[in-house]
Amino acid sequence: MSTTETPELPAPAPARTPRAPGRAGPGLPAPVPGLASALVWGAGQLLNRQAGKAAFFFAFFAGAVVWEIATGNYYAGMEFTPRANGGFFIRGLWGLFTLGTQPREMTLTGLTEGDNSIVLMANGLIALLTLALLAIIWIWSVRDAARHRAALNAGGPAETSGDYFKRLWESAFAFIALSPGLVLLVFMSVLPVLFGILVAFTDYSRDNLPPRNLVNWVGFENFATIFAVPSWAATFGGILGWTVVWAVIATITTYAAGLLIAVMLASRRVRFPRVWRSVFLLPWAVPAIVSALVFRSMFNGQFGPVSQWLVDMGVTDERVYWFTDPTSPNLARAIALLVNLWLGFPFFMALVGGVLANIPESYYDAARIDGAGPLQQFRYITLPIVQRTVTPLIILSFVHNFNNFGVIYFLTEGGPDNVDYRFAGSTDLLVTWLFKLTLDNRLYNIGAVMSLVIFMIVGVISVVNLNRTKAIREL
Amino acid sequence: MAAIPAKTGRRPSAARRGQGIESRQRVRDGATSAFMHLVLLMVAVIVIYPLVWVVGSSFGPGGGLANATPIPENATFDNYVHLFTQTNYGRWYLNSLYVAVLNMVGSVALSALCGWVFARVRFRGRKASMLGILILQMFPSFLTAIAVYMLFLNFGLLDSLTGLALVSIAAALPYNTWLMKGYTDNLPASLDEAAAIDGAGRLTIFRKIVLPLMRPMLTFVAITSFTAPWMDFILPRLLLQSNSKQTVALGLFQMITDQYSNDFTTFAAGAVALALPITILYIVLQRHLVTGAMAGAEKG
Repeated sequence: MSTTETPELPAPAPARTPRAPGRAGPGLPAPVPGLASALVWGAGQLLNRQAGKAAFFFAFFAGAVVWEIATGNYYAGMEFTPRANGGFFIRGLWGLFTLGTQPREMTLTGLTEGDNSIVLMANGLIALLTLALLAIIWIWSVRDAARHRAALNAGGPAETSGDYFKRLWESAFAFIALSPGLVLLVFMSVLPVLFGILVAFTDYSRDNLPPRNLVNWVGFENFATIFAVPSWAATFGGILGWTVVWAVIATITTYAAGLLIAVMLASRRVRFPRVWRSVFLLPWAVPAIVSALVFRSMFNGQFGPVSQWLVDMGVTDERVYWFTDPTSPNLARAIALLVNLWLGFPFFMALVGGVLANIPESYYDAARIDGAGPLQQFRYITLPIVQRTVTPLIILSFVHNFNNFGVIYFLTEGGPDNVDYRFAGSTDLLVTWLFKLTLDNRLYNIGAVMSLVIFMIVGVISVVNLNRTKAIREL
Repeated sequence: MAAIPAKTGRRPSAARRGQGIESRQRVRDGATSAFMHLVLLMVAVIVIYPLVWVVGSSFGPGGGLANATPIPENATFDNYVHLFTQTNYGRWYLNSLYVAVLNMVGSVALSALCGWVFARVRFRGRKASMLGILILQMFPSFLTAIAVYMLFLNFGLLDSLTGLALVSIAAALPYNTWLMKGYTDNLPASLDEAAAIDGAGRLTIFRKIVLPLMRPMLTFVAITSFTAPWMDFILPRLLLQSNSKQTVALGLFQMITDQYSNDFTTFAAGAVALALPITILYIVLQRHLVTGAMAGAEKG
């Protein structure tokens, strides 16, 4: 992995067994320098008479030890505890395993500085990631020592350290160029993802907030809660079911409507297709949050214009509370699907329109000569060609709808209320439920479990989709 | 790359009405045509009405939702004046602009560089890192957002616009890198090789030769990453707290959910002020956007 740009990387402090490097005999078997490097970083390279390389590897080892001592609280004749004396690595790993041992307490001198479990966990993760990086360098040094010796024994030329580093620089270019992105990804994506996974196995929630309380590892208890405690399981099952139904219907309706409009606009019978097309693109171009909030106002039960018209025209006797009437959850769901249709069809219209423009007219001429009617032409020419090009996007659209936070949250905020659900309403999707669990109810552990579940579902769909595309083969 | 240009024209009119069609056929054609126009008209009304309604409301003489009409009788700019003088909207607008610009610059620079390296440089660990990027890209960004929130909360890093921009860049980086890599794969390598023979360094080749050729994909990533922060809700809602640090999307949502404000016309003005620039941008650049979306799907 990336090594050259991080010269001072810390390491675990393994039991040091300083061993005087033996005289480098030319006939030394290959594993010997490897073993030497495994015990003391760079010792094998020294055996191979590559002082520069030896110094390079030893620097990582020394850097790690120095870092640990400098950040820790080491002094002679101490009684060692990881909590009080450990440095970056030791205390980090201790924190990750125990999540802290001393809660904040009231003493005679005031509140004590308790352990903050979440900070400890994050620090521990960073220490662990650093250790993993060091392990890679360690393996690299061991393999390098053994291989170089094997090459020497086979009569190969003795490469100097200088030549080696020149070669390394050439191949390290990619890593140097990638490193800004890599650093950002590690700290803003990889670390949070790992952290999120860990939280799923703790009792970090509003009842247990650091720094006041300590967080504990609880194993699979949260998973058991969601899948086995009846009220939670019912909520999860109900929301999952609606999420799937929502995603399927939302995808099919937007695609079908987009296809229909695109085919109509491609027809020779329609005048001014460009004008129509520009108008129909508006819902795609207007930010979805604005449109959804506008619809929310239009369908406002108390003051919204839609209810008012229905009353004015005598369709309904009293105002309809579209998103807040607990007795008619399906009404809210249907409206949400319609609003989503309004928002989603232009994208497919534009896509399909692009495909249609590229179907050679000769296909249709040939079909007409064979006596095919317009419906048959559509069924056997247009549809297969469109389908082939657009299918990956339909699957992407399904995933998008599965996680369609915007429409639901802005339009209904999950409502109407559902008394059978925990912290969720009738139109809540898994995503919006997750959002409410985390932000409004601070049930971080349950939220983390939900994140994992959603990732599993979305991941499986994405992997299946990926296998169909060129992406994997072109890696 | 996208085999299909997004340009939608009518089919070549070579086959426009054959000569020998009988008049009965023509009448039936006329009826079908009228019916199709009727359907299109209905769709157009449904599409336009909510937009006209909110634009009209924003010029309405004020107050609650119940009085909002698409065509206000005595139109005024009061709501816009009120929006920019009485609320924090101007502040939010600048905040969004700051995050959007940062997000655009960072996303384009990082993803172009990474995508190019993956496409053109062979190095150890390349396959593994690309697989990693594919997996990260599948991980919906709000899931990371929630973990980021918990981390920032405990380290006291919340309420920073720059932090929000960094998280946004990182969240979209795997996907953008993937797009850039796919695009660069399809650029001819012969130009690079010729320049390398002439003694150009790698970074020079990237800057002078590859980057100009990548312009369509750069444009796509630039537009999407510039517009995303204006509409994004989850990340800013999680990461920002104080009123003066909000983005436009957050502010608008608060305006409409605040039960006591009852100030729909101000919200309408805010909605229009947010939607107008983005809508124009999308309509003008629609070809780029649709082509880019296709490219993303084809590459997985």
